[in-house]
Amino acid sequence: MKLKKFSRLINPQSIALVVVLLVNWALFPGFFNVTWQDGRLFGSLIDVLNRGVPVAILAIGMSAVIATKGVDLSVGAVMAISGAVAATLVTDGYPAYVAVLAALAIGIVCGVWNGILVAFLEIQPIIATLVLMVAGRGIAQLITAGSIVTFSDPLLIFIGTGSFAGLPMPVVIAIVLLVLSVFLVRSSAVGLFIESVGVNRAAASLAGIRSGLLLVAVYGFSGFCAAVSGLIVAGDIKGADANNAGLWLELDAILAVVIGGTSLLGGRFSIAMSVLGAIIIQAMNTGILVSGFPPEFNLVVKAGVIILIFTMQSPLATRFIESRKNARALARKAS
Amino acid sequence: MNRSLRPLAATAVIFALAYAASIFQFPGMFSTRVLGNFLTDNAFLGITAVGMTFVIISGGIDLSVGAIIGFTGVLIAVLIGWAGIHPLAAFAIALVVAGAFGAAMGAAIHYLEVPPFIVTLAGMFLARGAASVITQDSIPVTHEFYGKVTSTYWLMPGGGRLSLIGALMILVFIVGALVAHRTRFGSNVYALGGNAVSAALMGVPVARTTILIYTLSATLSGLAGIVFSLYTSAGYPLAAVGVELDAIGAVVIGGTLLTGGYGFVAGTFIGVMLQGLVQTYIIFDGTLSSWWTKIVIGGLLFVFIVLQRLVFSASSSRSKGFWKLKHE
Repeated sequence: MKLKKFSRLINPQSIALVVVLLVNWALFPGFFNVTWQDGRLFGSLIDVLNRGVPVAILAIGMSAVIATKGVDLSVGAVMAISGAVAATLVTDGYPAYVAVLAALAIGIVCGVWNGILVAFLEIQPIIATLVLMVAGRGIAQLITAGSIVTFSDPLLIFIGTGSFAGLPMPVVIAIVLLVLSVFLVRSSAVGLFIESVGVNRAAASLAGIRSGLLLVAVYGFSGFCAAVSGLIVAGDIKGADANNAGLWLELDAILAVVIGGTSLLGGRFSIAMSVLGAIIIQAMNTGILVSGFPPEFNLVVKAGVIILIFTMQSPLATRFIESRKNARALARKAS
Repeated sequence: MNRSLRPLAATAVIFALAYAASIFQFPGMFSTRVLGNFLTDNAFLGITAVGMTFVIISGGIDLSVGAIIGFTGVLIAVLIGWAGIHPLAAFAIALVVAGAFGAAMGAAIHYLEVPPFIVTLAGMFLARGAASVITQDSIPVTHEFYGKVTSTYWLMPGGGRLSLIGALMILVFIVGALVAHRTRFGSNVYALGGNAVSAALMGVPVARTTILIYTLSATLSGLAGIVFSLYTSAGYPLAAVGVELDAIGAVVIGGTLLTGGYGFVAGTFIGVMLQGLVQTYIIFDGTLSSWWTKIVIGGLLFVFIVLQRLVFSASSSRSKGFWKLKHE
């Protein structure tokens, strides 16, 4: 039993992460140094976790959405909206907890809107969420009146930059979200329901699953995750930047989910692996930064990783490996 | 009226109504000057959207178009400014590079059986990254040829100027419509989008068509990059960020179904013009801020998608996932 659990830890994703970390270490010898200072941990490794949090949290919601054979392109825009709502409310004199709750509520509303389009109007997810992706950033700018709203509220800033038990607050939030969602999905039948809707929605409905409601809930959850992520990003820069908050992060989140091994065809997902995917992406980002390459190089590396993963996963490669195996078996037989 | 023409008609009617309402409020908008600016300002978007129409009719999607525009812009600026090549030669090289890039993406989509969304996402990262690795600054292009091209225009009645790049966009739309509706390749694209398996069984060369579609889209994006380079007289790696969304939006507003197999190149033209109209209206109004463009276009997208659902809900009982593979 123990052996089985251990062998589950050895998968392409963890090997990839270890390789990336080792490459980083080779490029930057101090990479694994973690120090304790002012009651919190410091070091490149912690930085990787901390910077990876926004995408990791998006990836949690995105995994569930992709498992239903959907996709949520609006998460970046929802991040901008939630940050804008929180920052504007706080600067208008509302208490911080109201601002946080309002931002989370707005995120859920955005997600539910997507879910209704997908579940009840039966619009393809990519188009349904495209609407909010395009309009959302405009709405965020409308809320902030086009400027970057800065704030000095301690609670909001704590969400983005504080620390708890030595770890940066964003990391703590991500871990809590991860544990809660994995528990919710795997200790109940919800995960199974999500997967069955992803495999065949009509069949799932016939089997008695209220697929419409489930889809709305899944998209709502993705919106909620985006709102949490938006709060963290806003707290980190002590302001809401409607133009740049979460820009293109939806693509990173989808990439993280894909790297984590969740099939884009739906029906199979692992939230923990998606988070691991997000950490891999961030480890590459940080590696490129600490090794002194221009940050733009990052995009090329990311593209290379996508190409590599999909070439290895493709049926063509599988057939090639199979044929090599067969050829070897035949050769052994012949000799 | 032919049932299949309804979405196209709906788009045209909405555009006519919106334009009429704008003219009613601002009589100045009814002039060939505004029309000429429409065409010039949206030339690069229109040319890209023609390629995107083919991709979407085939049931795919191309996220790399904006990045290819940025990359060709930088490539041209570098070739002219640093290597001293004549712009026309630089244009030819840029088109070939963009076309080869698209062919590679098409081949990856077909042979590796990876969803187009992911392949073109990688293409987007690659093109944007490559452009940024070449340079991170905006490189100005100061060649006399550019001055000549940008000062060439035809005077329309009413004093409007039809610039060379505006005319080029119209030409691309006409050729695109002819290719889509009057050639074997065009029929193959529709067949592929309708149902890839039946298309293959009918004898449509799936591999060749898929590769050609993405080659076409990337080449047109390269052409759009040339137009953008002429329009701004510079190459900048972060140019045309988000154009892929505008292009997809124009195609959807133009009545093309994202499930593939149905759509019109002419509809895309109206879609581009409608987006241009929104922008021009906001400029004319003066009190509305630029972000209203995004909100209105998002709203338009929503209206058209719902409209399409209503028109097609009776006829289409098939439900297709977006992430379908070619050989499913």
